Amino acid sequence: MNIVVCLKQVPGTTEVKIDPQTNSLIRQGIENIINPFDTYALEEGVRLTEKHGGKVTVLSMGPPQAEAALREAISLGADEAVLLSDRAFAVADTWATANTLSIAIQRLGEYDLIICGRQTIDGDTGQVGPEMAEMLNIPFVAYVSKIEEIKDKYLRASRMVEEGHEVLETTLPAVITVAKEINVPRLPSLRGIMKSKSAAVTTWTNKELKIDPATVGLAGSSTQVIKVFFPQRVSSGEILTGDAAAQVDKLIDKLKSANLI
Amino acid sequence: MSVKIDRDKCVLCGSCIPACPFGLIDLVDDKIQVKEGCNLCGACRDACIYEAITLEASQPAVEVDASARGVWVFAEQRKGTIKNVAYELLARGRELADTLKTELGAVCLGHNIADVDSLIAHGADKVYLVDSPDLADNQEDYLTHGLLDLIKKHKPEIVLAGATSLGRAFIPRVAAILNTGLTADCTGLDIDTEKKLLLQTRPTFGGNIMATILCPNKRPQMSTVRPRVFKKNTPDPSRKGRIIKVDFKKENVTARTRLLSFVEDITEKVKLEDADIIVSGGRGLGKAENFKLLQELADVLGAALGSSRAAVDEGWIPYSHQVGQTGKTVCPKLYIACGISGAIQHLAGMQTSDCIIAINDNPDAPIFHLAHYGIVGDLFQVVPLMIKKLKG
Repeated sequence: MNIVVCLKQVPGTTEVKIDPQTNSLIRQGIENIINPFDTYALEEGVRLTEKHGGKVTVLSMGPPQAEAALREAISLGADEAVLLSDRAFAVADTWATANTLSIAIQRLGEYDLIICGRQTIDGDTGQVGPEMAEMLNIPFVAYVSKIEEIKDKYLRASRMVEEGHEVLETTLPAVITVAKEINVPRLPSLRGIMKSKSAAVTTWTNKELKIDPATVGLAGSSTQVIKVFFPQRVSSGEILTGDAAAQVDKLIDKLKSANLI
Repeated sequence: MSVKIDRDKCVLCGSCIPACPFGLIDLVDDKIQVKEGCNLCGACRDACIYEAITLEASQPAVEVDASARGVWVFAEQRKGTIKNVAYELLARGRELADTLKTELGAVCLGHNIADVDSLIAHGADKVYLVDSPDLADNQEDYLTHGLLDLIKKHKPEIVLAGATSLGRAFIPRVAAILNTGLTADCTGLDIDTEKKLLLQTRPTFGGNIMATILCPNKRPQMSTVRPRVFKKNTPDPSRKGRIIKVDFKKENVTARTRLLSFVEDITEKVKLEDADIIVSGGRGLGKAENFKLLQELADVLGAALGSSRAAVDEGWIPYSHQVGQTGKTVCPKLYIACGISGAIQHLAGMQTSDCIIAINDNPDAPIFHLAHYGIVGDLFQVVPLMIKKLKG
């Protein structure tokens, strides 16, 4: 099986600290990491090739330093790594990102399955996977929590919906996004770490990909961020006083008088 | 370079450095430099009194399809029942359509759908109803092309859909084919009345930052919105509207996925999204068994049981109970947070609750900033007292 895992390098925390003086993100001390949801995608890809043979190619789009995330992916079991890095690709929205990734995937050659994390922890959109599937004209299954069976160009998988789980089958090749319920990602092995140090990470710029510049990066993005602000939280609540019993009495009286209970 | 700095005008005053919400501007080798990750929000340009900062001409001038008219809501249904999120979107969509002085349309694809008239009662002027046995299981290849065909034919300027597991899976595919912008998980939708554009506001960076996004040059402008972000209107059965039945043409579409079975989640006694009261627990519970205490409180109140991500990550409670940025968005009348510190990613999922109670032993926990009533104390003392008083 040829499996492509798409991953993104992101700032390593969602508990971002805000500098109250300047109202901006504090970046000091925040390492870049592989988007946590993508580690489940990588693990699932590696497990599938361990069982069925084949290789896992990890693919990322980002600045040159995103190579570190791809090397880490190699230490976690990926066989090959490709970084798409070009000034022209920067400030891409999900459409332009999916466009660049899907063209690169076609350049990679034959593939059976493309696995993505359910969403990133910085952008939080979860849109690149389904957009890519449509651009490649292959089926898409979101929020996969278990791969039940994979054979003869068919995949049977369980996926999470609001009401429970659905079992679906799809033809391959396909794009799936995985939920964190699907597996427990492994830690890097010593052999993997050694391998990641010497492994070659291929970088493709738009010289190689030759994509219409009007369809990548900022130029290819239909959406524009026009304003960024911090959610305002003004405390207007009341801290109840007294011992625990008195606090509980006050609380329940207030809730009853407000008809909340 | 996405942000252009005119070195002749720049006096290195540094006022742009703290202005960047993402902390990406630095003074390096006596030059202002912008690091990777800039999304051209323009905060630095606005902060520069020397007008040294300009943004690269963002997009090539594109002819906007000025004929696009109308606001549409994708009215999601499951097994013939229209989901609440459709009514919530109709309520907001009605206001947007009125501001734009245009029509509000609802698009409903499925089979044997009950109460289609309710879409009109909730604000729709027109309902495009596509009924076919092929659509009974919400097969996503069919939905993608069914919605796509209608959009291509009628050219709405705005399309809204619920950010449900279904909406988040197939709406991006529609946007991909139309080559238009799609903004995920919006929490605010407004109209820029001057430009007649949809202002789409959404949380990003786990809810730490809010971003307002435009799709100026492509139509339709598309957004997904989480359930319970907007409130539905009281239906008006006397409202007049038109139901337009559309044949489903599946000739050009291949269904490549097939639903084999469905297993309902039964650990949720009361559905979180529909609950009027939610009792929610976090890391302060200490271990899985202690959720029994919260379940007891929930049972007394007829409440649903929620949790923070921390408790789910610890394996104390299934993911289906998680409230927050990567869990569910809820908007109950009463939200009781027990042992939840109030990480921003949790707050993003429950901050619009009508009344929030926080019980936490740390008086500095951020949850108290949001709570209407707070009890600083040991939840293992407070919660049993609450159960006793409510039972008594």
